[in-house]
Amino acid sequence: MKRQLPFFLVFVFGAFMAIQYFVPHKTSEAIYEFFIDILPIIGVFALALGIWSLTKVSVDKIRYRRENWQYAIFTLLGLFLMILFGFTDENWGFHWRMSPEVAGEGTDNPNFRLLFNYVMIPIQATMFALLAFFIASASYRAFRARNLLATLLLIAALILMLRFTPFFGDWIGLRLSETATWLMNVPNTAAQRAIVMGVGLGLVATALKVVLGIERDYMGRG
Amino acid sequence: MTTGVIFTLVVIGGALAYFAWRSLRGKEIDRRLIFLVIGATVALPLIFPLEFEHQPSPLVERIYERIEALPPGSQILLSYDFDPGMAPEVQPMADVITRHVLARGHRIAFMSLWATGQAQLNQTLNNVIPVDFPEAEIERDWVNLGFKAGNEGVLRVIASDLPKMFPTDVEGRPTAGMPALEGIRSAGDFDLVISFGGGKPGPREWILFVADPTGVDFAAGTAAVSAPELYPYYPNQMLGLMGGAKGAAEYETAFMGQYEQFADMPSPGRRIMGPLTMAHIVILALIVLGNVIYFRSRRERGTA
Repeated sequence: MKRQLPFFLVFVFGAFMAIQYFVPHKTSEAIYEFFIDILPIIGVFALALGIWSLTKVSVDKIRYRRENWQYAIFTLLGLFLMILFGFTDENWGFHWRMSPEVAGEGTDNPNFRLLFNYVMIPIQATMFALLAFFIASASYRAFRARNLLATLLLIAALILMLRFTPFFGDWIGLRLSETATWLMNVPNTAAQRAIVMGVGLGLVATALKVVLGIERDYMGRG
Repeated sequence: MTTGVIFTLVVIGGALAYFAWRSLRGKEIDRRLIFLVIGATVALPLIFPLEFEHQPSPLVERIYERIEALPPGSQILLSYDFDPGMAPEVQPMADVITRHVLARGHRIAFMSLWATGQAQLNQTLNNVIPVDFPEAEIERDWVNLGFKAGNEGVLRVIASDLPKMFPTDVEGRPTAGMPALEGIRSAGDFDLVISFGGGKPGPREWILFVADPTGVDFAAGTAAVSAPELYPYYPNQMLGLMGGAKGAAEYETAFMGQYEQFADMPSPGRRIMGPLTMAHIVILALIVLGNVIYFRSRRERGTA
């Protein structure tokens, strides 16, 4: 029963959502709307589950002194400080929700902004900035015309990058820009569309397997 | 050309000449040296600003023209679906579009599908609106609907019923009766929807769950790395696309060229195109030199 009931629910709701799409009746649409309204509620529970999961993993890591456990302290500090600042105003008054009468609360809390502007932004910017160095080094070592396909990729990449350079004058610059636009609009779009359609068909196949109970890994293997 | 710019060009040119000299002698370039030169290439044009001309591409121009063509008072939804990592590329687009929309007398509804987007949105609300549009009033000219958890679920609901998902704005004011949201029942009632972002949920989800089903005019501003994935939706499901810092720089050029009162506004998109262009040139040179070494070693192996 513990396993059959979830499979049954997945089958009923999955089949309903698939069939509903082709039934333009107001009852069918009302039921659809009802289920859609539930989606954001599930989203909020997923957020709570995420916080619980991160807390549990981090606390366990600290308790059992696992490798690099010290980092988990900062994870928990960051998580709960941001939550605390999100619920308080600049005078440490507690609020369940933001209100126009109170200044400096929630994401406008000066402490929240301080952590966001001077910790989160620099950390993420640093992570992204590191990419520039690795891309430069990798492009020098790996981007080589070893065969026909690699050569075509290399030429396309060079044209797209040359488009950014302003040193070619109007005539060459315009041709480069036109060629780069053609590369993006035609070969890139064709390849991206093929990927999108392939992914779409794959999603349909996976959804069918889940709805029909062929794919059961989401329930765990126990 | 200032001394600083000349110094920048000499440093970068000198480094490339040294790389070329080593490569022509068949010697590999040390990775640490590449890191050092890339660091200098990005840092120097930031210290000594280096700006280039940017002509708006058709994809950017179409967004600009659409905002220009809308009658004053039109309602535009701006969704901040990004985090600080994407901000250097995407925040300049969001800021300049906010300026353009308010300068044209349109009304804005701000929202976010990312928790971090709320704080990015606050940057626009704190640095753009009070500075350039002190006369713009909350509720009348703009409304901040804030962040909602639920990703695609949020989009599915607002595609059919926006007030159901946003009965109040971020500070708890009821949205019913707000002039900024007058006549808006669903996201499809806006005159234009623009999503800024490059992850998930982002512009692609907006197209799948809002733009395509409702037929609302939609445009996107995205990080350069995500732009190629959005081309299949142009021009039918997406009227225009700003890709990366170049897209932001192109939009800033179009806006500052037409609106004289904003000719001296901060233009971070154009500013970061200086270091970005120089870094592109260095990477281009490295690719070419890497191939010089490759063909040289292949020829030597062939003759040995």
